[in-house]
Amino acid sequence: MTTIDRADNGVNVQALLDAREALKGAPEAAQFTWRSTTRWESGVHTTSTVKDFFGLGAEQTHKAESTFTADHPEVFAAEDHGITPIEYLLVGLGSCLTAGVASVAQNRGIQLRSVTATIEGAHDIRGILGADSDVRNGYNGIKVTFEVDADASKEDIEALVAQSQKRSAVFDALTNPTDVTVEVR
Amino acid sequence: MRTTTVVIGAGHAGLAASHFLSERAIDHVVLERGEVANSWRTERWDSLRLLTPNWQSRLPGHDYTGQDPDGYMTMGEVVEFIDRFAAHTRAPVRTGTTVTAVRRTEDGYRVTTDRGEIACRTVVIASGACNLPAVPKLAEAVPGTVEQVTPFDYRGADALPDGGVLVVGGSATGVQLAAELQRSGRPVTLSTGEHVRMPRTYRGRDVLWWMDAAGVWDQRYDELPDLTRARRLGSPQLAGTTDRTSLDLNVLTDMGVEVVGRAATVRDGEMLFSGGLRNVVSLADLKMDRLLNTFDQWAAASGTDGDVKPPERFDATRVPERARLRLDLRSGEIRTVVWATGYRPDYSWLDVPVLDGKGHLRHDGGVVDSPGLYALGLPVLRRRKSTFIHGASDDARDVVDHLARHLAARATVPG
Repeated sequence: MTTIDRADNGVNVQALLDAREALKGAPEAAQFTWRSTTRWESGVHTTSTVKDFFGLGAEQTHKAESTFTADHPEVFAAEDHGITPIEYLLVGLGSCLTAGVASVAQNRGIQLRSVTATIEGAHDIRGILGADSDVRNGYNGIKVTFEVDADASKEDIEALVAQSQKRSAVFDALTNPTDVTVEVR
Repeated sequence: MRTTTVVIGAGHAGLAASHFLSERAIDHVVLERGEVANSWRTERWDSLRLLTPNWQSRLPGHDYTGQDPDGYMTMGEVVEFIDRFAAHTRAPVRTGTTVTAVRRTEDGYRVTTDRGEIACRTVVIASGACNLPAVPKLAEAVPGTVEQVTPFDYRGADALPDGGVLVVGGSATGVQLAAELQRSGRPVTLSTGEHVRMPRTYRGRDVLWWMDAAGVWDQRYDELPDLTRARRLGSPQLAGTTDRTSLDLNVLTDMGVEVVGRAATVRDGEMLFSGGLRNVVSLADLKMDRLLNTFDQWAAASGTDGDVKPPERFDATRVPERARLRLDLRSGEIRTVVWATGYRPDYSWLDVPVLDGKGHLRHDGGVVDSPGLYALGLPVLRRRKSTFIHGASDDARDVVDHLARHLAARATVPG
């Protein structure tokens, strides 16, 4: 694929395109389950670990286990051992969209030099505090600002960012309702 | 009875096939459940006009000859145009004949109708791409107090209850019905996912003139980078109107229509919309600009720049500062939901295993995955223009060529 070879953003797009073709005829193999385990430490401080997942019809393991500490800042009268859970959503969105930009750029033969996504979530905390029942708990809106330095026109860069949103798992998870089941064992 | 070829459907596609079959003296009949151009007669709303300008409506040996080449035909005019073509080609049409089954036989197919059986060697399926409305599953969760209609039920605004209307779908059907209903005094909310934005005219010419002239419409199915996507694409946001104006989301917003994101689900009587509206309008704006760039490049390369007005660009689509994410369907604000969510073909009568997991015919440019079985009039069947009236001619010629070769090859098999 000459278009792909024109740029090197370190994304193996050919492997992704091959997987897309292979999975068209094998929807079972495309079913993945991602997992995370959260342990309460104390106060509002938690530690989450991520290591295993299921996909391609088998149990899979990341090269290493990742650990994420969540807490709340001192203005919330907490000890601030780590970022707040709702900030993790921004981390997820930013990394997903940026990875998407790199992949789409690779597929379109656009060489990237630098990509920075700045993400802001507007949050009215009266919702979680129960101070006003008309205020929602979650974000009222999220704004992502991309700065992309690449061998491409402004229009091509805008198209990269648009296509990245179109194929983003986290963008979809945040913009569309998801059925969530919570059980106690 | 026996014949060589059965054509199913006497619309523009089936009649174009009949024309080329007659040209090759291939014995055939055209079966039609109703009358010639039946869907155009019975399954369209009253105000609908073709998206394509009159001069573009052409079938083999049959061009528009009226006084208004730049206008757009009403459904009555389309029916008349196709009727005249049927008469002119002396197509062997059997009207009032519904096909109930098509089965493979040793040497071809057996076509069962409500008026008897026909044995044949080849079949051309030209029964259309829009037989049934494609309504999403979430429709089932819409409260019973809200009326639900599809474009098949809709004839005009008057039959709908007074009060708010939610139109779901941002293709030609969705934007046209949204505009008509808003004009009728019913406040309209339009829910849209990805859509195709086009200006009605560009540089002084109909945008579909550009599609034709710049060769976009002739792009072949086997040369498109993503055929699956091209075949799934909704119709462009266009309307055939006497004033030749655009009908994009900005126009609808100016009329007072409220635009919201893609309908995602209904939960506890509330419809929830995607928060991704900004991105779908960006995608549509970017794609429109890319298409206009294609036109400009063609105009420059072909020396046409002098014949058309200078290049122009259109305002970006405006999105509400805070697009609505939820709509309570029980509050009485919305009295009707219009599902302008697309159409699908009906193959319930086809007893040949040629459908894929999604119910689409498995075919390569109209050559269906069963020897002697062919299709016409499906999206991007052989070219981008395949589903348009003027797209029928080239496709039918190619498909009948293949069909004739199939018959000839069979004729030489010994025994």
